[in-house]
Amino acid sequence: MFSFDATEPFQYEFFRNGLVIAGLAGALCGLIGVFVVLRNMSYIGHGLSHAVFGGAALAAVLDFNYFVGAGLWGLLSGFMIGRVSRRRIIGADAAIGVVTTASFALGLALQARYGQASRSIDAVLFGNVLGVFPSDIAAVAGVAVVSVVVVVVLYRRLLFSTFDPEVAGVSGVNVPAMEAMLMLLLSATILVTVRVIGVLLISALLVLPAATARMMTNSFGRMLWLSPVLGTAFGLLGMYASWYADVPSGAVIILAGTAAFAVVYAVVGVRGRMRMAGLEHAHPA
Amino acid sequence: MTSPSPSVAVEPLVVFEHVSCSYGDSPVVEAVDFSVAPGEFVGVVGPSGSGKTTVLRALLGSVKPVHGSVRRRQGLRLSYVPQLETVDWNFPVTVREVVAMSRPTRSWWPRMTRAEIVQIDEVLDRLGLEGLASRHIRELSGGQQQRVFLARALLQDPDLLVLDEPTAGVDVRTRHEVLHVLADLNEGSAGTRPMAIVLTTHDLNGLAAHLPRLICFNRTVVADGSPDEVLRPYFLERTYGAPMEVLRHGGMPVVVEHGGDELRERMSRRGA
Repeated sequence: MFSFDATEPFQYEFFRNGLVIAGLAGALCGLIGVFVVLRNMSYIGHGLSHAVFGGAALAAVLDFNYFVGAGLWGLLSGFMIGRVSRRRIIGADAAIGVVTTASFALGLALQARYGQASRSIDAVLFGNVLGVFPSDIAAVAGVAVVSVVVVVVLYRRLLFSTFDPEVAGVSGVNVPAMEAMLMLLLSATILVTVRVIGVLLISALLVLPAATARMMTNSFGRMLWLSPVLGTAFGLLGMYASWYADVPSGAVIILAGTAAFAVVYAVVGVRGRMRMAGLEHAHPA
Repeated sequence: MTSPSPSVAVEPLVVFEHVSCSYGDSPVVEAVDFSVAPGEFVGVVGPSGSGKTTVLRALLGSVKPVHGSVRRRQGLRLSYVPQLETVDWNFPVTVREVVAMSRPTRSWWPRMTRAEIVQIDEVLDRLGLEGLASRHIRELSGGQQQRVFLARALLQDPDLLVLDEPTAGVDVRTRHEVLHVLADLNEGSAGTRPMAIVLTTHDLNGLAAHLPRLICFNRTVVADGSPDEVLRPYFLERTYGAPMEVLRHGGMPVVVEHGGDELRERMSRRGA
């Protein structure tokens, strides 16, 4: 006898933890994703998550703290990407492809050779929201708070150096420092959320809320709060739906985001075309 | 003929002394000497790839010379208006957001204050952009787009305004519009104090011939003076590497490309 109970999953602490971390991860990825999307950094995000996976596997084998191991490995990968792409013959995208995929392969090999049976590769690749520890929640919350503070305090400088780096530099903004700051926040974001969402899905969570928000507004300020709100909604909805669908939560979170993206795309597509058509006559001197 | 930067007792805003710049090994500009005095309006003309933009970057300080020095007057306030082609028009910013980004915030909270909004709207009004503050930058005409970036530069209250190809890719009417705004700013008749202007252009007849001072540039300063002094076949050929003729029309020099005859003949032969 099937009966639907909307409050059923809330009885379980692991589900409540999962819901909190899914919402937080969605908000954090939504916020950082604004810069990822506007700076065309999504491939860097994709690469970093793969690099982190190698570091995480190595840390597990050597019995090292995950955050230290994966964080150091991520830094090393970033450094190597810089070195390889500076030789000019190889573009940055190819460099990211080589370095991070190698790192990912190393992770797979280590996992297969030394991994414990209890921690399946599936969980790493596709995320495991339900296996979160309170320390994971604390880590995501910590990075989220730091990100919000940085984005608020450096708001105009981050906007200026993202929109117009050359003029920002001339106007006294320390553009390399802003870029380094965003790379650092992106790396930290991936580091703390990748175990929840999964190596293969994290870059989608970085892109979906921001891309959806972008279609809904033409203002940077509005996009900056809309995107985390959407990310949170994707996280909570996906998490909740995954309970009933009995599918890994990372996958359902991304599917929820994709559905929202598609709806907004369809709606804005019609309106946007109408607006563009109106524009051609709207050029008073 | 390399001549007169107005040499009075006025301290120049910027002085280039034998400046050379390079990217990598090969020098892009060499042994550049000129200065800009307060209130001047200078056009740098030359073919593409001649190093005009590099000179601007050296002036702005974003490129460091490998030889020589660029001296800026103590406390000089510079504002830069980039080429419109380099702007990302899909970026989600409104007109007001673009103008505001050049202002450092005084408080930790990034929201624009009432006073800031009033000040920004004043600058927009002065440039004829009233009522457009909440528009996305793409929803403007070419001349309006150029003026938005001018407004951002003006909010910094510059002594020297620097523009890279302000009329590249715009139609005739927009070109006139931009020129008039720049002339107003230079004279101080736009409600701001007079400011010196340096711009680059490859538009000899539409823009350069109207300016009081021109620098013909190709890796180095070929000629420096009024349009009447520098728009001459000898300098133009050395600048552009192609023979050119200079006619006069309505008291102004008009540059025409030479060697069109042969081309016309070939084309007409094909038509026959």
